[in-house]
Amino acid sequence: MKKYSGFSLFKNALSYHENWQKLWRSPKPKSDYDVIVVGGGGHGLATAYYLASVHGITNIAVIEKGYLGGGNTARNTTIIRSNYLWDEAAQLYELSLKLWEGLSQELNYNVMFSQRGVLNLGHNLQDMRDIERRVNANRLNGIDGEVVTPERIKQIAPLINISRDCRYPILGASWQPRGGTARHDAVAWGYARGADALGVDLIQETEVTGIRRKNGAVVGVETTQGFIGARKVACVTAGNSGVVAAMAGLRLPVESRPLQALVSEPVKPCLDTVVMSNAVHGYISQSDKGDLVIGAGVDGYNGYGQRGSFHVIEHTLQAICELFPAFSRVRMNRQWGGVVDTCPDACPIISKTSVDGLYFNCGWGTGGFKATPGSGYVFADTVANDHPHPLAAAFTVDRFNSGALIDEHGAAGVAH
Amino acid sequence: MLLIHCPHCREDREEEEFSYGGEAHIVRPLEPEALSDQEWGDYLFFRKNPRGIHHEMWYHQTGCRRYFYATRNTVSYEILETYMVAEKPQISAAEAGQ
Repeated sequence: MKKYSGFSLFKNALSYHENWQKLWRSPKPKSDYDVIVVGGGGHGLATAYYLASVHGITNIAVIEKGYLGGGNTARNTTIIRSNYLWDEAAQLYELSLKLWEGLSQELNYNVMFSQRGVLNLGHNLQDMRDIERRVNANRLNGIDGEVVTPERIKQIAPLINISRDCRYPILGASWQPRGGTARHDAVAWGYARGADALGVDLIQETEVTGIRRKNGAVVGVETTQGFIGARKVACVTAGNSGVVAAMAGLRLPVESRPLQALVSEPVKPCLDTVVMSNAVHGYISQSDKGDLVIGAGVDGYNGYGQRGSFHVIEHTLQAICELFPAFSRVRMNRQWGGVVDTCPDACPIISKTSVDGLYFNCGWGTGGFKATPGSGYVFADTVANDHPHPLAAAFTVDRFNSGALIDEHGAAGVAH
Repeated sequence: MLLIHCPHCREDREEEEFSYGGEAHIVRPLEPEALSDQEWGDYLFFRKNPRGIHHEMWYHQTGCRRYFYATRNTVSYEILETYMVAEKPQISAAEAGQ
């Protein structure tokens, strides 16, 4: 792999940028691998990358039915934060945030991580009590955060409406300055390029159609390119996790829901932070291109269609216009949907299963993008050692039978 | 926007009038205290979540405020039938060719 640098940019300029190498190979699958990662999104590619870079397992294939990073990695609103309430979740997302901070350097690929800060607004007294509790919990966990007043919010995001006369007045917010956004495609491409350079085979347009087992252990996967053997199979298939689990005769406590987002036409820089509100149900940031990137909660019903209902968009934009009256004249450009796998406690499942050598990393629901590096890191560790990483130990699927849930609906709930 | 036929009102109404109740035909255990942790967890949290034909519960929240069941395709979102809670579905995944 050629290293990207100022010098390589200059050198390639001399040949009109026509000789840049491809980011990754497109190999034919081998007959046998040590580990097969099912799903070539951000989490799957990160898992493969850390398996190779941290654990030295390089005989890996990532099998993706479409193209790399074409599912929820391409469809989210790219918000990154770690201000979760409970210790287990906060530490997992904080590990992720710390990895984000060094990710562009580690991958030698600009993921455009921008620590522009995240505001979570409170609109009533109970919101503010919850925000104070969450910020205090974050600080005890070593995570930055403060409770800010409406006046301070107005300084951070001048276009916001802090009038007391509106239907849902802003009473304050939590402010995490280290939060922000990243370029979602670049994260997938950076991990893919890094994994490929370490010898990982990235196999696209190949769908896993079955998981072959023998004596209660995984022996490989059936695919549209035939059978591929593997000692371990790690499934990172987001909205389709339940379908993949069923191939091995397993059930997961996840339900797949449509989640929508939309972007406006590009406008001049006007919002240099991320603003989220659980109460009025919306979140917004501005991309480097100038688009306002807007999202909200999931649609009400189960669905795999990668599209949602129009009235959800309407409610989302009502919330955005409530917060930012100046945006009421901005035209929306594109709208899309993804399929998210929601868990009953709004926390992920990072787990071994009752089938030897079969692992699942799923249930990230509406907030998986921010966790991409940390998720891959702890899942790779779990797969490599056949034992949960300490930060993943609380996130096994067994918690739904033991009752040890991690109820993050307060910090996760709607706004991601 | 889904257009949903409420079998109580006998009218096609817009999705916004309804709220979703999740998987249908889940039978509450008669003796919850007799269940193992495994069985109780399965009853509380583990749902079918199929890609395809799904029997599910809907609530006509701003209409007649009554529950009913629907058979819906979770990929095309097509609603194949709606029926009363006491009834059995006419269409199953096997009959729909899945």
